[in-house]
Amino acid sequence: MKYTPHTEKDIEGMLSALGFASIDELIEAAVGKTALARHSLSIGKAISEDELVRQLQDIASLNITVEDFTSFLGAGAYDHFIPAALDAIISRPEFYSAYTPYQPEVSQGTLTAIFEYQSLVSSLVGLDTCNASMYDGASALAEAVHLAVRKTHRRKVIIPRSLHPLWDKTVRTYIGGIADFVVVDFDSTGRMHNPASLVDDKTACVVVASPNFFGVIENIALLEPAVHLSGALLISVFNPISLGLLKPPGELGADIAVGEGQPLGIPLGFGGPYLGIFAARREFIRSMPGRIVAETVDADGKRGFVMTLQTREQHIRRARATSNICTNEGLAALAATVFMTLMGKTGMKKLAELNIQKAHYLAERLTSLEGVSLRFSAPFFNEFAISLPASASSVIERLKDKGFIAGFVLGRFYPGEDT
Amino acid sequence: MVKEGLFYTKDHEWARCEGDIAVVGITDYAQGEMGDIVFIELCEIGTSVEQGKLLCTIEAVKAVSDVFAPVSGEVVEVNSELGSAPETINHDPYGAGWIAKIKMSNPDETKNLLSAAEYKQLIGEE
Repeated sequence: MKYTPHTEKDIEGMLSALGFASIDELIEAAVGKTALARHSLSIGKAISEDELVRQLQDIASLNITVEDFTSFLGAGAYDHFIPAALDAIISRPEFYSAYTPYQPEVSQGTLTAIFEYQSLVSSLVGLDTCNASMYDGASALAEAVHLAVRKTHRRKVIIPRSLHPLWDKTVRTYIGGIADFVVVDFDSTGRMHNPASLVDDKTACVVVASPNFFGVIENIALLEPAVHLSGALLISVFNPISLGLLKPPGELGADIAVGEGQPLGIPLGFGGPYLGIFAARREFIRSMPGRIVAETVDADGKRGFVMTLQTREQHIRRARATSNICTNEGLAALAATVFMTLMGKTGMKKLAELNIQKAHYLAERLTSLEGVSLRFSAPFFNEFAISLPASASSVIERLKDKGFIAGFVLGRFYPGEDT
Repeated sequence: MVKEGLFYTKDHEWARCEGDIAVVGITDYAQGEMGDIVFIELCEIGTSVEQGKLLCTIEAVKAVSDVFAPVSGEVVEVNSELGSAPETINHDPYGAGWIAKIKMSNPDETKNLLSAAEYKQLIGEE
């Protein structure tokens, strides 16, 4: 393709058509005199690349990262081992793009990888269909609730207080206008307190996070009949690592399952990129958000991959599209695909076992200290909340000096949970 | 092809009155313009609809179209055969490709609809 910049002549032609003598004059007329900065920017003198890199490294070294500290932080973002092969594969130039290409069928390799991703996720969560991924778990949940509200023509959304508080915020920001939220509190077990009692014929969906923000595993099977009896949908929020051991959401009766895919081989990087996993039962496929890749045959009968069911999407359905999402987290989805493939079925199971064993060992050791006890009594997966004899933030601060990022102060989101 | 004896809308739906029940579908012209129909999202039985408002949506390979109710009333039956064979609308739009039956709440509304001759004129078919 030819790159054709504006020539001097083009620019002069445009300026004279507009009646301006120079670009500066045009900008001044457009922005107004008062808004124009007349002074030079105080950003110091130009420095060499070498100096700049060192200066930025000095600033960056002030950060505490999981490279130098042992992190027990969790709370939605997890520092897991990532096999070196993963980076080598996803860094291949054929793959190294963040998005689904605009002319997707040309990129059969990318589509094949997304198809593999969808297949792996579907079998991990036990649901028939899965999209090509979304921005992050929180926005995937917002889309799931949106689907439920649209599909049931009901507004009431039951959401647990033990859901990640930032996910809760995201969901309300996305669809606050079309839904009414009812919050279920947690009890001393850390589980939702009698969510079934809130379900009625106005309920669009019940959201269950398991493990929830406190790491506690909910009893989904117990809740499921009440949800479906009322005609509502069951939305399960899961941690993909936990599914190496826990029953998949699909088997527990979830209609839609959403999760944060970051633990699947995606490093911690100042809050992103993340990976929104979205899977659903087959009957909801035409209401699903995002892109979907499918297998087909070409004119010669050879296997190939295409974007499918695009009539759901904005470029065709316009204002009535199922979602405003028209892309995916291509590279993060690829990383998850490679991660799950390298792990295999046995590896995923072992990984979940390691997570649960080590977390329980740590809990045992911590609670053997005087004044330290588990905050909640229900079974937990790879994180747990403890009560301390002192303020949590002071304990965390002191452990930082010893090279540990010890944990997360629940009081930040839950007033009163400061110790 | 425009079939005689039916009511038509400017949005290319047709209605056939059988007592207070109106059988509705899309016209032959509409199916021809859409191309191969691959899916229809039928409304639920019992839904009340209003003349000129959304009845259901039809998907062709690369387009989605809304179907509007030619008359107001309650949907008493939908053509569930279309769920597995939406292409019936392409083959037989005035017959087996009917979409829904509406129990009319105001049969006078048919006065707002077009006759076969008027519809022919609309689509430029003489």
